[in-house]
Amino acid sequence: MPEETLPAPHRSHARGGPLQGAVPLTGWGRTAATPALLSPVRSDDDALAVLKGHSPRGVVARGLARSYGDAAQNAGGDVLDMTTANQVLHADLETGLVDVEAGISLDELMNRFVPQGFFVPVTAGTRYVTVGGAIAADIHGKNHHIAGSFSQHVRWLDLLTADGQVRRVSPESDADLFWATAGGMGLTGVILRARVQLKAIESSRTLVDTDRTPDLDSLMTLLSETDHLYDYSVAWIDCVAKGKRMGRSVVTRGRFAKLDELPAKRRTDPLKYHGSVRVSAPDVFPPGLLNLATVAAFNELWYRKAPKRKRDQLQSIPTFFHPLDAVGGWNRIYGPRGFVQYQFTVPFGQEEAMREALERISHSGTASFLAVLKRFGPGNPGMLSYPSPGWTLALDIPVQKGLATLLDQLDELVVAAEGRIYLAKDSRVRPETFEKMYDRLDDFRTVRKQVDPDGVFTSDMARRLAL
Amino acid sequence: MIDALGSPSSLLLVGGTSDIAVATAKRYLTERPLRVVVAARNTPRRSAVATELEGAGAQVQVVDFDADDPASPARMVAAAAAGGDIDVAVVAFGLLGDADELRSDADAVARLAQVNYVAPTVVGTELANRLRQQGHGVIVALSSVAGERPRASNFVYGSTKAGLDAFYSGLADSLVGTGVSVLVVRPGFVRSKMTAGLDDAPLATTPEAVAEAIVSGVRKGRHTVWVPGAMRWVMSGLRHTPRAVFRKLPI
Ligand SMILES: Cc1cc2nc3c(=O)[nH]c(=O)nc-3n(C[C@H](O)[C@H](O)[C@H](O)COP(=O)(O)OP(=O)(O)OC[C@H]3O[C@@H](n4cnc5c(N)ncnc54)[C@H](O)[C@@H]3O)c2cc1C
Repeated sequence: MPEETLPAPHRSHARGGPLQGAVPLTGWGRTAATPALLSPVRSDDDALAVLKGHSPRGVVARGLARSYGDAAQNAGGDVLDMTTANQVLHADLETGLVDVEAGISLDELMNRFVPQGFFVPVTAGTRYVTVGGAIAADIHGKNHHIAGSFSQHVRWLDLLTADGQVRRVSPESDADLFWATAGGMGLTGVILRARVQLKAIESSRTLVDTDRTPDLDSLMTLLSETDHLYDYSVAWIDCVAKGKRMGRSVVTRGRFAKLDELPAKRRTDPLKYHGSVRVSAPDVFPPGLLNLATVAAFNELWYRKAPKRKRDQLQSIPTFFHPLDAVGGWNRIYGPRGFVQYQFTVPFGQEEAMREALERISHSGTASFLAVLKRFGPGNPGMLSYPSPGWTLALDIPVQKGLATLLDQLDELVVAAEGRIYLAKDSRVRPETFEKMYDRLDDFRTVRKQVDPDGVFTSDMARRLAL
Repeated sequence: MIDALGSPSSLLLVGGTSDIAVATAKRYLTERPLRVVVAARNTPRRSAVATELEGAGAQVQVVDFDADDPASPARMVAAAAAGGDIDVAVVAFGLLGDADELRSDADAVARLAQVNYVAPTVVGTELANRLRQQGHGVIVALSSVAGERPRASNFVYGSTKAGLDAFYSGLADSLVGTGVSVLVVRPGFVRSKMTAGLDDAPLATTPEAVAEAIVSGVRKGRHTVWVPGAMRWVMSGLRHTPRAVFRKLPI
């Protein structure tokens, strides 16, 4: 994000006048760009100043823009770049409680605290997300079945609300506002700071077990029977394989190694950590690079390469948690039209719906790389929080003909199974379908109406889905 | 908002009773329900269109619009936008006029120029102002291949479409960076109520085909589409035909 000092954007909200200084913004999927005035936030006052002089189109906060769709965009309006508010304000190395500014990334938290014996409580598949974004999307990780989602590890947050006040909100002090903000996609206000409970670790290495399963049934059985033995668990599914091999997967599960589980030579510096060295993906990819043939070949190779069964393999944090972060800007590989991620969950007992969804995806001929499948544990009171007990599947699909219809049909299947899609990944669900997925949407709307009666905080996503 | 896969959630039809406008709404409605604003004169046909689109799943709002009234475009756009953002606006009104009458009747020429050129430019300006403010949206303008090289048999009509086409093509360029884009649609001869009774021209098309081209053009972020697609090459050929030859062509 911008390191240099940006000139204060010249505000012009005159009737029909061009939005001076507006920049086009997209999410990670690089679809549906819209222009907005992007203002760096370094202090509460910066955020307040934009709020006070906000454009008629309203305001929304933006972190590292790792949400796939339009959540951190606001066409014709104001967007707050929170990545410039990225300080650690206080850290208690006894308890692992840290007070941070919302724009700090999980990457930075790891750089700072892994060497001190603490890991983030929950991490996404990328560590380039901000704490604000992690709360606003109430992100989940491979440890959801054990630890729940990110907001469950937040003790309080400071929220700038539409009235210009900064409120310290905790699950105890104001449960409604806290649980509307956790998963609330920036629509209750700007998260300025938060206190996060880190997780104590003895080493920076994980002990990983790998299993290969030949089909969906064996995968679900394996996860159901033994997931509880691991802190972290995830399966990568081949979405191109059909028929008997449909759902074949590589399952990696693990936990942080204890000091005495490290080989002797590593015990001297057990918490040694550096994020992976990033190579950048080239800027231009030939359109059509990813077609069914290349993806199928890749998936085949990847499946064969994985060990059938391997135990107690030591892996670094980046290798185990963030393999995709090794290539910076890989989202460009999908070409100029961009891509979407489809992530949905269905409750336990609806395994047939998951099978049906996978079948439709593998038969649709959409070239998707690997999909990720995971078993969720219990949900939390977050009104728009995504995780709920059941199975979740996430896959990337390049924008192509027929995709809108395929995904609309999958949505119907998901709704019928009483499942839901994940807002942080969404860029295309229909509003009336979304309504059927979140039964606490009305509670969310009530809280939002109370703290922001005029709807000052809004986004392209909020408009698209009439949130 | 137009979503990542090019599906809008609201549609404004200016000249909402035209066959192409109605076909476009129905084509969108085959995919998803959406809000449709039908802007047209208050006629029984407008009510019929509203009922028809409601039946097809739209949430319909009717708004008055009269291309002969200079104050109408501003009021119409304001009324349409009062219900929420306008994702796609289709400017689909126009008259064919009577070619014989237009050859000599100056009043008829003035009226055609008002409806087919002046009013669309005013509407385009009002729409652009509104969409620039919202920071997103697509304006679809119905031009015609007749505007690419007006010919003796209907040059007045052709000239109004040439003007409209130039206006919207230029408007498109002026909107770069605002989040708003313009799609200029150039159909050939469209079999519709506007052309009822006329003989088919070569490469004749239908409102449904034009609607299909609009939906896919918006989805792909195109700036110009010809319907049928082959028209593009035909017109390119005709544009470069020497005048003496062009005049004698049976078109
Ligand atoms: C490769 C990859 C892997 C991923 N893996 C996972 C995963 O495993 N699990 C998971 O749950 N998610 C995952 N995600 C999604 C990602 O974790 C979320 O989208 C997260 O919200 C991104 O954070 P961000 O800082 O980039 O926020 P942005 O994308 O910039 O914003 C996301 C939302 O948060 C709001 N927001 C941001 N900062 C603030 C603030 N300070 N105050 C108020 N609102 C704010 C924005 O308004 C917006 O609505 C993944 C994304 C990618 C690209």
